[in-house]
Amino acid sequence: MSNTLLMGAVAYDPKVVTIWDGFQKWFGEHGLDFDYLLYSNYERQVEGHFQGHFHVAWNSPLAWLQAKAVGSELGRSVEAVAMRDTDCDLTSVVVVRAGSDIRTVEDLRGRTVGVGAGDSPQATLIPLAHIAELGLEPDEDFEVRRFDVLVGKHGDHVGGERHAAKALMAGEVDAACMIDGNHWLFGKEGTLPSGATRILTQTGQYDHCNFTVLDDAPQALVEEFVRLLHSMDFEDPNVRPLLQLEGLKQWEPGRTDKYGLLERAIDRFDTIQEFVGRLREARR
Amino acid sequence: MNHVDLQGLGLDEGGHLLVKRALAAIPVGDTLVVRGSSASLSVHLRAWCRAQGHEFEPSADGGVVRRGSAEVGRWRGAERAGAADCVEDEASPRWGLGARGCTVEAGGPEFDFPLRTRSEIWADDAARLYAQAVAAQWDPGSAIPWDAPFDLPDDVEDAVVQVMTYLIENETAALVIPARFASQVHPHYREVLQLLAVQAADEARHIEVFTRRALLKRARPGLSTTGGQASLKTLVEERDFAEATLLLSVLGEGSFLSLLRFLHEEAPDPVTREISRLAAQDEARHVAFGLSHLAEQVRSDPALLDRLEQAIRRRHDALAATSGLNEEVFDALVLLGAAGLEPLELRAGWQKVQALERDMHEGRRRRLARLGFADGRADELSSLHTRNFM
Repeated sequence: MSNTLLMGAVAYDPKVVTIWDGFQKWFGEHGLDFDYLLYSNYERQVEGHFQGHFHVAWNSPLAWLQAKAVGSELGRSVEAVAMRDTDCDLTSVVVVRAGSDIRTVEDLRGRTVGVGAGDSPQATLIPLAHIAELGLEPDEDFEVRRFDVLVGKHGDHVGGERHAAKALMAGEVDAACMIDGNHWLFGKEGTLPSGATRILTQTGQYDHCNFTVLDDAPQALVEEFVRLLHSMDFEDPNVRPLLQLEGLKQWEPGRTDKYGLLERAIDRFDTIQEFVGRLREARR
Repeated sequence: MNHVDLQGLGLDEGGHLLVKRALAAIPVGDTLVVRGSSASLSVHLRAWCRAQGHEFEPSADGGVVRRGSAEVGRWRGAERAGAADCVEDEASPRWGLGARGCTVEAGGPEFDFPLRTRSEIWADDAARLYAQAVAAQWDPGSAIPWDAPFDLPDDVEDAVVQVMTYLIENETAALVIPARFASQVHPHYREVLQLLAVQAADEARHIEVFTRRALLKRARPGLSTTGGQASLKTLVEERDFAEATLLLSVLGEGSFLSLLRFLHEEAPDPVTREISRLAAQDEARHVAFGLSHLAEQVRSDPALLDRLEQAIRRRHDALAATSGLNEEVFDALVLLGAAGLEPLELRAGWQKVQALERDMHEGRRRRLARLGFADGRADELSSLHTRNFM
């Protein structure tokens, strides 16, 4: 198996199998022996990465920061080698009902804000930190109602955000948090009818998933993997369905300078300390 | 500077159509300024551009979009599914269910339609026959005088019920067969597909009216025999489109044309008379398509005649040990022809059924000759046709 590049990914949806089977076939046709392991949650995947179960992790932004923190504890370096064009420069929004008397973030004081899964960067951590930085502390100055769909998947499953949006329309919460694209998507699918909501505030830009490697990754294989990713052309009909399934038009080089918002959020909410500590203890 | 003003229209209420249209008018790599007063415009533009592969810079009232290449790239390598106004000799599995003449994106799934060459299925008058069939559809509820008063002697009513029972099982075979082939025809040959579909719909209607007549005065239909079902099974199991067309449409439904005309003339009641007339009209179209399609195919491939002849002989051999038309149906036809139980009446009825069988044979012989069989061969092959008529 020494010439096989192994990737770890999280099975947040059955289509994940279709996606990586397709990539495996395509990589195989281009001379790269590629295989993948699926984990049910990102914590197990990060742990498996450090235990040497595979070479490249398809990491959520939170899993990237978990890997970075564990690496730092263990004296290991981590690197983001590639990401989707659609992983770059995302924002999240906090929306209220169009007729709401909430005009400013300050008006959220004493109200209830619906968020996605507790570990969702886009629907929970980043928007809550954004509100906190504007002066209102979650669970103190306002109530947070978490729609915990599939915890451990870091919000990859859109269900939590949708539940929060539905709760907003049902009047169960006063505001709801979601990624910008889902505000548009929920409008299209009718969950948030056009004109029924107003964007109260928008977060700064942040990046999403990346392919992460540790310092002991087989360099030649990883280089070939990245080279092939960049050669995938949306114009190629054999490649296009794979890119469409995975939600991108082209692969971009990995960059790590836009995880600052999430980093501040997990520091503020102490999101990953316990996990990192547990891995550190296990290594002793 | 290229720009588009959405005014108050949000991107979540159709505004993206205007942005798309404006982007289509500029080269890939050029920028478009999008302005509007919708409060969520800039947020939605960012998300939309990301999903579409365009670069985006927000501004206070919208933003600047740099056109990406993905949308253009998507249609590179796309293929035209033939021409809209003529049929190709062969239809590509890649065209799938696409409309004839449409542009098909490359990389889609291939569909396995076994009947995908013109020579296998096409008939030039398919479109005309289809239009005619659609125009001639009748409503079983209103076209038949269901409420017309009549009262038949028990023997005669029983005979009608037995004939209806026989017709129902035959028409069920005539529904199942075109329906099965319809699912095998490449949609490029749209008119053939439509014709097979309307043919199946015709038979569905026939089954309905024959059933309704059978149960008009009786609690249940009559008898179904092993011979009749064995004959139909050889038809239902026929896998070759040309051979099935010959056996079902040209020979079987051809014979039924004579039978339905006989029933129209000899029927003892107005309901049976009318359903026989209307069903015969439909059957005539089925026969016409079968003949037209096969005649065209024989013209381009004369060796097909040998194959068709073998199909008739094979079916004859397969049915040699069966009894053919069931006695109950035969007797029922005689009784309907006789219109009474007096010896002289029965003799007349018998003679009418003899004439019916001659008429059927003559019709089959004529149609086989039209396909190109020499007179003597056509006569012989007609006589090998199943004694069950269908």
